Amino acid sequence: MNPILNPAMNSALSGGAPVATPFFFYMLSGLAVIGGILVITRRNAVHSALALIVTLLSVAGLYLMLYAPFVAGVQIIVYAGGIMVLFLFVIMLVNIERASKDRRFNRIWPIGLVAACTLMGLFVSAFVKGRALFPDRGMALSEGSNTQEIAKALYGEVNRFGQYTFGQYTFAFEIASLLLLVAILGAVIMTKKKI
Amino acid sequence: MVPITTLHYLVVAAALFVLGVIGVLTRRNVVIVLMSIELILNAVNLNLVAFSHMWGNLHGQLFAIFVTVDAAAEAAVGLGILIAFFRNKETINVDEIDLLKW
Repeated sequence: MNPILNPAMNSALSGGAPVATPFFFYMLSGLAVIGGILVITRRNAVHSALALIVTLLSVAGLYLMLYAPFVAGVQIIVYAGGIMVLFLFVIMLVNIERASKDRRFNRIWPIGLVAACTLMGLFVSAFVKGRALFPDRGMALSEGSNTQEIAKALYGEVNRFGQYTFGQYTFAFEIASLLLLVAILGAVIMTKKKI
Repeated sequence: MVPITTLHYLVVAAALFVLGVIGVLTRRNVVIVLMSIELILNAVNLNLVAFSHMWGNLHGQLFAIFVTVDAAAEAAVGLGILIAFFRNKETINVDEIDLLKW
């Protein structure tokens, strides 16, 4: 059994109590799914935004369970801290009385629901058919190597992130910064009174 | 209790993805449609990090960071368009955003 996927052996990796217990996984994923349901069903957009924050924080907890603390931090800072504040500002700018009394769903919502359920069926069939595929690859990885070394070398080290970002992925990093620049310019131009 | 495998994370991500798709396809409020898109991007991120964990390298996590950057850019531009549109037509319903149909 792969020690990284097996929560019982995680204590050996982190040196403390096991973090990735099934209880926390089910609690966090349940919170995430409940938050997602609230996002798409609430009438008031502010309530939807608050439910989305719950979902984002739960997903950040799931990242921590996957030994990705840097991604979890970025999730909390950028998503829950940045993007959601932007959303709340815009809701307060445009939220009119009419929107809260209006119909919530559009006229063709049954078609949308059927399409989404078809997608869900596709996912379920893919997971059922490919069940053996997903965990097996991970097991092959750690065979015959020291688990402590793997944990040290591969997971949760921000300096490795830096090495990748400014080594192998420098070009993608620069393109991302260019994308952000264009997005800032676009947002400023779009919200000007007179273009 | 069964140990948590990659498949568990994939199932959670699929559920979040489908919820986002339902939100995009059925809601009328543009702000909530944009929030559903954020939900979809989060599901993709969760998949990427789970696969990164499964393979034991950092490439998936880096890709997740880039997806986050993309989500931030998309939210900024999308909400900017929304404000510009609200200033012109006084509505945020998707059904009434049909300027290109003139």
